[in-house]
Amino acid sequence: MGELRAKWKVNMYAWLLLLPSLIFLLLFTFYPVIQTFILSFHQADLGSPEPFFNGIDNYKQMVEDEVFWKVLTNNIWFAIGTVPTSVALALGMALFANKALRGKSFIRTAYFYPTVVPMIAVANIWLFIYTPEYGALSHVMEWFGKGDMNWLGDQKNVMWAMIFMVIWKEAGYFMIFYLAGLQNISQELYESASMEGASSWTVFRRITFPLLMPTTMFVSIIAFTNSFKLVDHLVIMTKGGPDNASNLLLYYIYETAFSFWDQGMASALTIVMVVLLLLVAAFQFFAMDKKIHYN
Amino acid sequence: MRKVVKSLFAVVMSMSLIIGCSSGNSSSTNNAAQGANSSGKTELSFYYPVAVGGPLTKIVDGMAEEFNKENPDITVKPVYTGSYQDTTTKVQAAVQGKTPPDVAVMLSTELHTMMDMDAILPLDDFIAKDGGSEYVNDFFPGFLANSQVGGKTYSIPFQRSTIVLYYNKDAFKEVGLDPEKPPTSWDELVSYAAKLKKDGRYGIEIPSSSFTYWMFQALALQNGKNLMSEDGKKVFLDTPENVEALQFWVDLSKKHQVMPEGVNEWATVPSDFLEGKTAMMFHTTGNLTNVKKSAKFDFGVAFLPAKRNYGSPTGGGNFYMFKGTDEKKQEAAWKFIRFMTEPKRAAQWSVDTGYVATRKSAYEEETMKQYVKDFPAAAVARDQLEYGHAELSTHNNGKVTKLLNDTLQSVITGQSEPAEALKKAQEEADKMLAPFNK
Amino acid sequence: MLRKFTTVGMYGLAVLWLFPLLWAVWTSFRPRELATSWSLSADFTLDNFAKVWDSAPFDQYYINTFLIVTGILVAQIITATLAAYAFAKLQFWGKDVLFVLFLVQLMVPADILIFPNYNVLRDLSLLDTKIGIMLPYFASAFGVFLLRQTFKTIPHELEEAARMEGCSWFQILWRVYVPLAKPTYIAFGLVSVSYHWNNFMWPLIITNSVENRPLTVGLAIFAQSFETGAQWAEVSAATVMVIFPLLLAFLVFQRQFINSFIHSGVK
Repeated sequence: MGELRAKWKVNMYAWLLLLPSLIFLLLFTFYPVIQTFILSFHQADLGSPEPFFNGIDNYKQMVEDEVFWKVLTNNIWFAIGTVPTSVALALGMALFANKALRGKSFIRTAYFYPTVVPMIAVANIWLFIYTPEYGALSHVMEWFGKGDMNWLGDQKNVMWAMIFMVIWKEAGYFMIFYLAGLQNISQELYESASMEGASSWTVFRRITFPLLMPTTMFVSIIAFTNSFKLVDHLVIMTKGGPDNASNLLLYYIYETAFSFWDQGMASALTIVMVVLLLLVAAFQFFAMDKKIHYN
Repeated sequence: MRKVVKSLFAVVMSMSLIIGCSSGNSSSTNNAAQGANSSGKTELSFYYPVAVGGPLTKIVDGMAEEFNKENPDITVKPVYTGSYQDTTTKVQAAVQGKTPPDVAVMLSTELHTMMDMDAILPLDDFIAKDGGSEYVNDFFPGFLANSQVGGKTYSIPFQRSTIVLYYNKDAFKEVGLDPEKPPTSWDELVSYAAKLKKDGRYGIEIPSSSFTYWMFQALALQNGKNLMSEDGKKVFLDTPENVEALQFWVDLSKKHQVMPEGVNEWATVPSDFLEGKTAMMFHTTGNLTNVKKSAKFDFGVAFLPAKRNYGSPTGGGNFYMFKGTDEKKQEAAWKFIRFMTEPKRAAQWSVDTGYVATRKSAYEEETMKQYVKDFPAAAVARDQLEYGHAELSTHNNGKVTKLLNDTLQSVITGQSEPAEALKKAQEEADKMLAPFNK
Repeated sequence: MLRKFTTVGMYGLAVLWLFPLLWAVWTSFRPRELATSWSLSADFTLDNFAKVWDSAPFDQYYINTFLIVTGILVAQIITATLAAYAFAKLQFWGKDVLFVLFLVQLMVPADILIFPNYNVLRDLSLLDTKIGIMLPYFASAFGVFLLRQTFKTIPHELEEAARMEGCSWFQILWRVYVPLAKPTYIAFGLVSVSYHWNNFMWPLIITNSVENRPLTVGLAIFAQSFETGAQWAEVSAATVMVIFPLLLAFLVFQRQFINSFIHSGVK
């Protein structure tokens, strides 16, 4: 009997401790998602003062909406462009910053500081860098005798410009996680490897990289979520233009919800985004489970 | 469902009180409930955008202060809410949240959208009580065009503009053009621009970001008629005239090569003009004072060149009042609108900013007369109002405007052909407007 | 040879990385007319800063951001500490399910739910309030996981010893776990503060008034207020002003920050 009571007590304790987090979690993650799910089956826009049930019309419309597909494709390219590059770069930065003999803290600071600069500020600075005629990039290209480029005003360039900027902003942040990961690798492994005369490439391939796998997975997840979350710069730089060439899913949701006031569609778009993120997360967890046995 | 949320929230709040971290000071400024505060003063929240830069917030704040002094029983609290687009979003969000501002300046084109939201008050009763038709008819008709629908007036013109042609007189002289004879037709525009073009300088720039539709509308008006029906339920995008107008725009850079390719940023076009990197530009009159202050060369302002006729849409912001505020506030808000649009203030506003004074009588004011005498360019925009038309404004305005902007940008960046793109846009727009044509 | 090449490359990268900041700072001190030219003259001015400070209530924005960031951090630390302790040290019914629920928040952060959460705040009549900006972030799954990881590494014997001395569970948490997890708190604090200092979309949507508007929104509004043409010098000055405090704090404490991050067991 006493044991059962003790168990009860622990249960009570645990739930009480979790309650504060749980309430906010329910109120601002789960409840809104459910509410949005319901609203996504309703017509609720400027043309219909009272929302009414319209089945899967919103989703049907979405499938027919060219902008939606463009935005989704953009977002996938944006993820492909930013995630692997910034993660790989972060690893390189960490390896170097870990070993650098001179100016270690300078190096770390230089790589990391973009993290503490708000995206809005980043957008202001880079907008100026990318501006034709006056921007830094335009001046640099002049030096090299290359013609000027309209980076943000051209559909072919704008995505590259954004991707580069985001890599600049994020790589340093991920580097920190790698630095932390590197501390957990025991020195003995390296010592025995050097006794065996392994080349530094072999050491990296056989020891460092595999042992950093959990960090890589974790960082990739953050990077991937970020590629769907980061849209602040669009407000300042392009508003998603020209002709949606730089538009991303979350910004499109913002436009649909708060410029067009098409709430049913905004809900449907949100649901698509949530499902997408969860699917990818599930996939990544699955992959992680399989690959990280040696830790 | 709401009840569940609220009770859940009550639990949270009481918990956070116990932990001691309720740090927000909730100041929802504009609950209808708090109509008049204890001292009997009426407090008005006033949202306004300033598209023309930092210092102007000071001018608006100053005007509000003056009003507060003249009306000790009313306190206007001006809230600067960013660009036009930001302000619209803010107001709409506030309306949805049932805490509309008491008065706001928004783009005149929000009319239909705001009516669909059932958010704005018709102002006819206020006008009838105070001002009458004498007041309303004093405004330039081009500016009122976006205010009225179904015989009712919903907004009062305030910071209004049109598009004009700015040109660099020194550059004109340099290539042997008469600096007092700006181009008056599309053909002249092209041939002048070709003459003016040299290494490091383009002939003409027409901005193609932010207000792309506005610029297109100007070209369309010069070649025929407006893009939408007066009730905002129909658009006419794919007429042969409009296709021709868009082709002309594209040709300026693609064929004649007198304009930079790709999208020209709204904000950098004036910089280009001031730096001598373009000899002419299309831009808003709201820019006049800035150009006047910063230009290191002699410049002129002219009507936009004509194809069949002169033409330019009007633009800019009007005063709106909102449903769901209490009556005392509404009366105070009307008083404020009247105050802000008095001829002498309209005149001063125009002098300070370059915006067009909205009322005919403003041009009878001494300050304005003097200003126009010293700086004749200031009268160009007013005179062009004779050819002024309503700015593009429809139901579902946000969507339709974005559609048109996207379409124009895709043509300008060479991704599609004018005729085809406009036809597709017409179909899409018809779909967007279908619910309002039932 | 290859090693030298990469070394030079990585130092070069650092310089490249620093460039945007230097460029922004440089422009912010240039007279307006010279901001757009690429000349190296000795003309410097503080006019831009004076003008910016004068034309928008940045002091108020600073205060707002400070209050919001602090409020969120305090709340997060409390909720996360409690939850992390439960996950790390207690066996209870429904633990796995709850853990997955928390994981979901990591995948679907509040930032993505801007529209749904706007509706929630509207229903609560909390639009345009500071508390409204903060609320959705009061629970942080990231913080919970981070602390749980650290708490797990703290040996059970310490807790036993404290219990022997008659400490209540709260005292144990406060005297044993919290002090030992200090690096984790610092690391989490850094992430949380920089995250919320940077946050933009959410406050943009739900704030209207100057009294509640944080720095980022103020900066965006300021930067977009130039219909008449880009004012690079002034926008740069405003940008520098906004990023300066956090950057300075980071520079001063960078060693502690990064070290605690490295040793906090973040993986």
